[in-house]
Amino acid sequence: MDLSSINPALLFASLLVASTPILLAALGELVVERAGVLNLGVEGMMITGAICGFVIAVNTENPALGFIAATLGGAALSLVFAALTQLALANQVASGLALTLFGLGLSSLMGQGYVGIKPPPTPKIDFGLLSDLPFIGPILFSHDLIVYLGLALVAAIWAALKYTRIGLILRAVGENHDAAHALGYKVVRVRVAAILFGGACAGLGGAYISLVRVPQWTDGMTAGTGWIALALVVFASWKAGRVLIGAWLFGGITVLQLNLQAAGVAIPVEYLNMSPYVIAILVLVIMSADKTRAPASLGRIFHASD
Amino acid sequence: MKTFKTLITSAALALGLAATSAAADTTKVGFIYVGPIGDGGWTYEHDKGRLAIEDHFGDAVETVYQESVSEGADAERAITQMALQGADLIFTTSFGYMDPTINVAAKFPDVKFEHATGYKSADNVSNYSARFYEGRAVQGHIAGKMTESNFIGYIASYPIPEVIRGINSAYLHAKAVNPDVEFRIIWVYTWFDPQKEADAANALIEQGADVVLQHTDSTAPQAAAEAAGDVITFGQASDMAEYGPFPRVSSIIDNWAPYYIARTQAVVDGTWETVQTWDGIDTGMVEIGEITDAVPADVKAEALAMVEAMRTREYHPFTGPINKQDGSAWLAEGDVADDGTLLGMDFYVEGLTGDIPN
Repeated sequence: MDLSSINPALLFASLLVASTPILLAALGELVVERAGVLNLGVEGMMITGAICGFVIAVNTENPALGFIAATLGGAALSLVFAALTQLALANQVASGLALTLFGLGLSSLMGQGYVGIKPPPTPKIDFGLLSDLPFIGPILFSHDLIVYLGLALVAAIWAALKYTRIGLILRAVGENHDAAHALGYKVVRVRVAAILFGGACAGLGGAYISLVRVPQWTDGMTAGTGWIALALVVFASWKAGRVLIGAWLFGGITVLQLNLQAAGVAIPVEYLNMSPYVIAILVLVIMSADKTRAPASLGRIFHASD
Repeated sequence: MKTFKTLITSAALALGLAATSAAADTTKVGFIYVGPIGDGGWTYEHDKGRLAIEDHFGDAVETVYQESVSEGADAERAITQMALQGADLIFTTSFGYMDPTINVAAKFPDVKFEHATGYKSADNVSNYSARFYEGRAVQGHIAGKMTESNFIGYIASYPIPEVIRGINSAYLHAKAVNPDVEFRIIWVYTWFDPQKEADAANALIEQGADVVLQHTDSTAPQAAAEAAGDVITFGQASDMAEYGPFPRVSSIIDNWAPYYIARTQAVVDGTWETVQTWDGIDTGMVEIGEITDAVPADVKAEALAMVEAMRTREYHPFTGPINKQDGSAWLAEGDVADDGTLLGMDFYVEGLTGDIPN
């Protein structure tokens, strides 16, 4: 056992990168669910974003355009879900599952010919001297824009839900869509907007996997990240701050356990492999002891005539 | 309403009959894959074998496949479904499909099954696998010669004999040319998860590994090594040539096509029998991908000589003296490991650190 071979600064830096895709996707889903819609298609939207971003980034040699394309791709796919559930009033669970299957197939089709190609590198933001600070530099000032965007989004969503009128309307729609409708709010429009936002976030998270974390295109490369993001929203009691804690715990422990294995720590590997799931869920369940509950209209179909 | 139902039923029956009669003429071959066909590694090579069948037989054989089938209960459903769809021969291409394959085979005695990398067989279930450990020996040799930090990282999937054989073989041959070499093994418990594979590669590289060997199916570790800049890797299951000449300096390629064609032919001819096939470099089931110029010329020559010696069966990678991890003797001087021990290998050889997970 040789723990000295683990560099804590690099470990924390990896944590931020490893948690970003889950964080982005979970934040998007959080907004969707706070509006009373359960979209189980996160995995499908992520992988669609991953391939859209990859294709555009490779063809334009510009990762920024790739990320923009990923948000558009994710949002476009979520529009299918919005049409099914908000206009055709289809069952949300079934539509979401179908969306995941559709997204996986579509991405596989779009990705033909992109296997084995390397995307243009995503530049890290240049903080000048700050990046050279010992310990703090590599952790805080050595990342690309998307990592900071994810963190900013946590604060923005938290503040928007808590303090703004838009947040209030969104929550009203999610808690009691009949009352919101009676007050004159456009329930369907609010929900479609939330679904599009969720799709865009999931797409961005997916592109972060294909353009930064892995970086390459492989069929099915999100490998369940979307499902973890979905679970995270529930365990985080639909709160942005807790989603961040959950994503860090999950991403951080994943990276840590791999590092512990590489360092030859004498903890049975089975426990190490379980640890990200067990610890993230345990911590969030303990935190959710404070009587928080799901948005009351979550998953219920709304029609103005009811 | 009743007439409508009857109409539908008879139409469905007619369609079913039509499908059956069509199936009688063509042989239907099914494949169950553990990852997506575009993984660039393990499943990609099996699918190349499937395409080779289509090329070889043309219209006489129809192939079907299902990708990303998880090991366990869902595999049983997928295999059953394929058998119900009228497949005459089904290849199940991952270790974890062993029990599901045996279970489904018992229910479909007329369908032939072939399970890859396992050890259970039945009247209608054959086993086939390749001696990947021969390729691992070549990798170990090159890795041992080329490492400067003497720290070789190994991304392992599941603690099954096939993976343990690979670790032992690579370690023995690295140790033989570099007594100071140390292996650090990460078990990721997945065959295919590009993010986790990338994380594992990065963890090893950040801790000082300058060679990363992988027994997982995606090319993510190759990309991680390329980003690091001074780490070498080897293509796994497929050539992964797009990462050559550096970091990918060589590869193990699984060439399943000749076997798949031969077995399909046996079903067409009605001569199919249960067999246990375990082929290596000698028959071409295991190929060594091009050793690039990033490898010093003398090391490359030694590696090629080793490949040649295995091809002619002069050299066996597990030739004694070899001790087990606890120091007890396994093979005496000059002894060669028997296939039974190799197929059930559940121990590390002397010098490897850490425990094999259960």
